[in-house]
Amino acid sequence: MPDGSFSHPQQRQFNPYSDNGGTILAIAGADFTVIAGDTRQSEGYSIQTRYAPKVFRLTDRAVLAVNGFAADGNMFVKKVKQRLEWYRHAHAKDMPLRAIARLIQTMLYAQRFFPYYVYNILGGIEEDGSGAVYSFDPVGSYEREACRAAGAAQSLVQPFLDNQIYFKNQAAAPNQSHPAHLPLPDVLSIVIDSFTSATERHIEVGDGLEIYVVLAKGRSAQGLEGARGIQELSTKSDGDRVFVIRRELKKD
Amino acid sequence: MAAASVYTPAGFDFSNEVRNSFLTERGIPLPKATSTGTTIVGCLFKDGIVLGADTRATEGPIVADKNCEKIHYISESIRCCGAGTAADTEFTTALISSNIELHALTTGRKPRVVTAMTMLKQMLFQYQGQIGAALVLGGVDATGPHLFTIHPHGSTDKLPYVTMGSGSLAAMAVFENGWRPNMERAEALELVTAAVSAGIFNDLGSGSNVDACVITATHTEMLRNFVKPNERVQKERSYTFRRGTTKFKKEDIRSLVVSEDVIHTGEAMDTS
Amino acid sequence: MSIMQYNGGSVIAMVGKDCVAIASDLRLGSQAMGISSHFEKIFPMTDRVYVGLPGLATDVTTLHHQFRYRLNMYTIKEEREIEPETFAHLVSSTLYEKRFGPYFIEPVIAGLQKTASGDFKPYIAATDLIGCLNFAKDFVVAGTASDKLFGVAEGLWEPDLEPEDLFETIAQTLLNAVDRDAYSGWGAVVYVLTKDKVIKRELKGRMD
Repeated sequence: MPDGSFSHPQQRQFNPYSDNGGTILAIAGADFTVIAGDTRQSEGYSIQTRYAPKVFRLTDRAVLAVNGFAADGNMFVKKVKQRLEWYRHAHAKDMPLRAIARLIQTMLYAQRFFPYYVYNILGGIEEDGSGAVYSFDPVGSYEREACRAAGAAQSLVQPFLDNQIYFKNQAAAPNQSHPAHLPLPDVLSIVIDSFTSATERHIEVGDGLEIYVVLAKGRSAQGLEGARGIQELSTKSDGDRVFVIRRELKKD
Repeated sequence: MAAASVYTPAGFDFSNEVRNSFLTERGIPLPKATSTGTTIVGCLFKDGIVLGADTRATEGPIVADKNCEKIHYISESIRCCGAGTAADTEFTTALISSNIELHALTTGRKPRVVTAMTMLKQMLFQYQGQIGAALVLGGVDATGPHLFTIHPHGSTDKLPYVTMGSGSLAAMAVFENGWRPNMERAEALELVTAAVSAGIFNDLGSGSNVDACVITATHTEMLRNFVKPNERVQKERSYTFRRGTTKFKKEDIRSLVVSEDVIHTGEAMDTS
Repeated sequence: MSIMQYNGGSVIAMVGKDCVAIASDLRLGSQAMGISSHFEKIFPMTDRVYVGLPGLATDVTTLHHQFRYRLNMYTIKEEREIEPETFAHLVSSTLYEKRFGPYFIEPVIAGLQKTASGDFKPYIAATDLIGCLNFAKDFVVAGTASDKLFGVAEGLWEPDLEPEDLFETIAQTLLNAVDRDAYSGWGAVVYVLTKDKVIKRELKGRMD
């Protein structure tokens, strides 16, 4: 009874979080990494915008995908970028990927009792030139993996990736073994099909798809030249290179 | 249950009620049924009624059915769109359709829309909103074209253009902007399509295709999947597996072909 | 936790070229604790109609018996075997009868329907716990791993698979989905129905 009287105990509450839907995923190859996310931002049954990027280029070798509460996600990316700039000023080079991963952990755990309500997936190229994916929970627990999906359609996409990337439950043909890493065109196909599948069955996934591709230094762009709607984002062409592929998804 | 009785009485069976309310008391919530997030609309035009609906059925945020039918048959010139709990709209309209047919047979007249509306509202009111059906009822009878909305608690409206479901605001915006009295059939059909499309694209609970139904005094045309603006694009690759990919421990093959071997025993019959 | 998750379990059915498949896991649990790895949830109703009953285990048994009883009554009255579409409506009505005190089961029906020309047409359907029918041209899923099954099936399924290819697709879909679900798994079984035979296979999968 919020009548201003003191005869009853009163309670008021403000919920600072909301869920803005969408899905992200990342897959590491031998010398490349693919990081993707849809661009729909929603709340309840309403679409807030059909184009709100969830995947961000941090450096020429690191890309961060952020999913969950959009306001927290955007602020978190902003702060990570700021810390990376300070690192550049202090050390005159980009922060290595595994260091960014540890930085993200400390930044998330710093908010242990008022967390950023976001699931992060960091993808890029390690200092040894290998493709890498790091996935985080909202308070900073993280792990390096070969592939990971997160967000609204995580439960739809992750088992599909287990099957197609890790070859889970598949017996190899006689006298053959499954490859440890898939070639880039195969990975791109699986990423696109994962998102079109998730769009079919999850109401919060759709509108647009942004696929970031990070290539290790010295690797040719073979397997990318045919891609529709591709754009290069890297600042120099002799180091690690970053590309983005933009595709449409269903809008219902 | 009455001990394996061959006769089961008609209507709802409450025999699990005690068990289930015990579970609810123990803090276990009842599971949610399929609901049709839905955009359903209806609109009056010069010669009759146009009804429209999307075709998505959801279970929470998951799409359970991409192409379900939400325009239900009541009689030849009366149809009913359903939103809310999918099973309730399905069975309520089926029951009223059956009763309308019997009513038509006993009276020897073509059924009226008000009759269907009254039967629906009385049933829904009787169940005090427990049957979660939100309906758009439309049709043409001896007294002309009629269009109603019926809410789960049994209240009704009679209006020239109506929308219901989670996409009702998106659809109503289109109607408020585009509806005029005495529209032609083609115009009305286009407006209904636009209204349902507004729901499909702007409401996450609605999606896939547009179903429409045009009812006039002489003819009813059900336009199933009238527009299909959301076909899935071709997949990037095929995902068939090499035969033998899945390991199995046990196999049991049962032949359904009935084979008979006729074995001759003893002498053939003397037919001389 | 919802009562639908209490015992765990999942079922999926898929359409192929002149054939259908239905598959389920074999787990019976009591919340997180595994009780049995031989709990079958798929039952043959006729030679060409199979039903999967994921949900609360007590209702799996009850409904199996009830369907068998109602099916026998139908067969005696009609003097013919039931068609899958008719059986789906029988399931739907049986569940809706208990609209205000439901069985906690989401049945999946798979069968081959006799056509006018004497051929067999694939038929699959699923209902929610109060009997709302869902026909599909491709696949239907139910149970605790339904989200995962939807995701994988949407990726792997394609039209007109031959019986042996359909077996691989449905088996891979089920195994990979239940491996990401804590309440399903502990073995799996697949039935492939064709016009002249029924193949039942018990799969080799993770037992954790």
